[in-house]
Amino acid sequence: MSIGAEIQESFVVMVAAIFTQNILLTYFLGLCSFIGVSREIKGAVGLGLAVIFVITTTTLLNWIAYHYVLVPLGLESFRFILFIIIIAAFVQFVEMVVERYSPFLYQQLGVFLPLITVNCAIFGAALFMVIREYTFIVTIGYSLGSGIGWFLAILAMAGIRQKMAIDRIPRGLQGPGITLILAGLMALAFIGFAGVLQGR
Amino acid sequence: MIGSTLISVLIVSAIGAALAAVLVVSEYFIGNYGECRIVISDDREWKVQGGRNLLSILTAEKIFIPSACGGRGTCGLCKLKVLEGAGNILPTEEPYLSKEERAAKVRLCCQVKVKKDLRILIPRELLTIQEYATRCTRIINLTHDIKLFRLQLIEPATMDYVPGQYVQMRTPVYEKSSVEVYRAYSIASDPADKSIIELIIRLVPNGICTTYCFKYLREGDEVRINGPYGDFRLSDTEAPIIFIAGGSGMAPIKCILHHMKNVGSKRPAVYYFGANKTGELFYTDLMRQWESQLRSFRFVPVVASVEGRETWNGEVGLVTQAVQRSVNNGPECEAYLCGSPGMIDASIKVLEGLGVTDNRIFYDKFS
Repeated sequence: MSIGAEIQESFVVMVAAIFTQNILLTYFLGLCSFIGVSREIKGAVGLGLAVIFVITTTTLLNWIAYHYVLVPLGLESFRFILFIIIIAAFVQFVEMVVERYSPFLYQQLGVFLPLITVNCAIFGAALFMVIREYTFIVTIGYSLGSGIGWFLAILAMAGIRQKMAIDRIPRGLQGPGITLILAGLMALAFIGFAGVLQGR
Repeated sequence: MIGSTLISVLIVSAIGAALAAVLVVSEYFIGNYGECRIVISDDREWKVQGGRNLLSILTAEKIFIPSACGGRGTCGLCKLKVLEGAGNILPTEEPYLSKEERAAKVRLCCQVKVKKDLRILIPRELLTIQEYATRCTRIINLTHDIKLFRLQLIEPATMDYVPGQYVQMRTPVYEKSSVEVYRAYSIASDPADKSIIELIIRLVPNGICTTYCFKYLREGDEVRINGPYGDFRLSDTEAPIIFIAGGSGMAPIKCILHHMKNVGSKRPAVYYFGANKTGELFYTDLMRQWESQLRSFRFVPVVASVEGRETWNGEVGLVTQAVQRSVNNGPECEAYLCGSPGMIDASIKVLEGLGVTDNRIFYDKFS
């Protein structure tokens, strides 16, 4: 594949990852922080941006580690362990650096980083990029798209929940209960995008 | 096969170790905030190594801030006023702080990382809990199994406590016990002298701490205590008081009575003190003396049974029976109880029967 074709492919994969194959609303990955931090738009934006950053950087790091370390050594089956270690170490490192050198960024995004370390959307993206045999350039589009898709989903959810704060919700459904139902409805709505990119 | 498995494991472990090493090194260089100064309530300060959260630093300095979640920011208990140096409120703290608290600079101290000099306020009750080195200067026999231990505070030289509170006494490792143990004893001494703490201790058969105090502790020995703890204390109302105690339950009541005498309290008070026999009564002379010095104080010793030829013209029976017989203004009274769980439970039942509401019954149960 030529570079031009790859970039085009990368773009298509990115749009697919945002809309038709949204990592949260189609695969339901990263649900716990999605439910936990979607009460207000402010926090949701912070967490969403942090996810975009971490999912893009770690998926690319993991791509490099997979193709240049695990494949040559024939250790593909160890990818689960290695990916987790890399994600955890990288996130911790980034947190340390951000906290030290950018109090503003830490205030806005940094505090969410520990929450993301254990976010399965990030690990899921790394595994999908292996299963689907994406090239490096396509992986850039894929991981960026996954992050943006997750961001959009939590932003929409926070917007709905903020409006819902004054609604009278049956007691048993308050909090996570109604949030899961909403997530299901949003997922149904996102199916509408399926026709945009056939076969992706 | 085994060889290749081993090599795979080694390689993956090596990658993990390399990443861990990177983290440790960067922690050393990036996560190192140098020495920071913490000033507490403008009168105490010390230097600490920055980079950790405030809660763990305070705990290491033996200032015990209540926290139920262990510093994960989920219980919202470790609130402190941080006046300077903490930066902005983090999103992780927001759910736990009200508007008034934010205005008053209250923070969750488990979320505040010490990166520069801090100025903080800690409620006095929390600050006063600390460890004291003392010397045991007198041991007095009160009955055959109750002794008074007078401790002279050495370092710090005085303890700021509220009458009714207790301290924990350390029993060092000795013949009968291979570990240090701490036991709680109420303060019995006159709060006018903050440099002396007196404890009234009853010998518990095979008790680690009481055996040590009775058989091993000598006048002149060093004793370590920490405190003060507890919220058993006199209310600031003017309601008539019923004190009920038995045995070493005398201690906090005696301390409270000292206090009432010191401040010239005019609150009517009756003190029912129970014992099995007359030989187990103590401080009767002191109480009689206070009856004449305190405006309206009455001491009612109650013995369960009178032996053969003794002359006893006081109350006989259980302390609760004496209370039952003589209290006729229950709904006005406040009751303060100290003693064994059995005695306290029985007393509460009797007091409620006499019309004392349960929010006016205060007790310090031995456990």
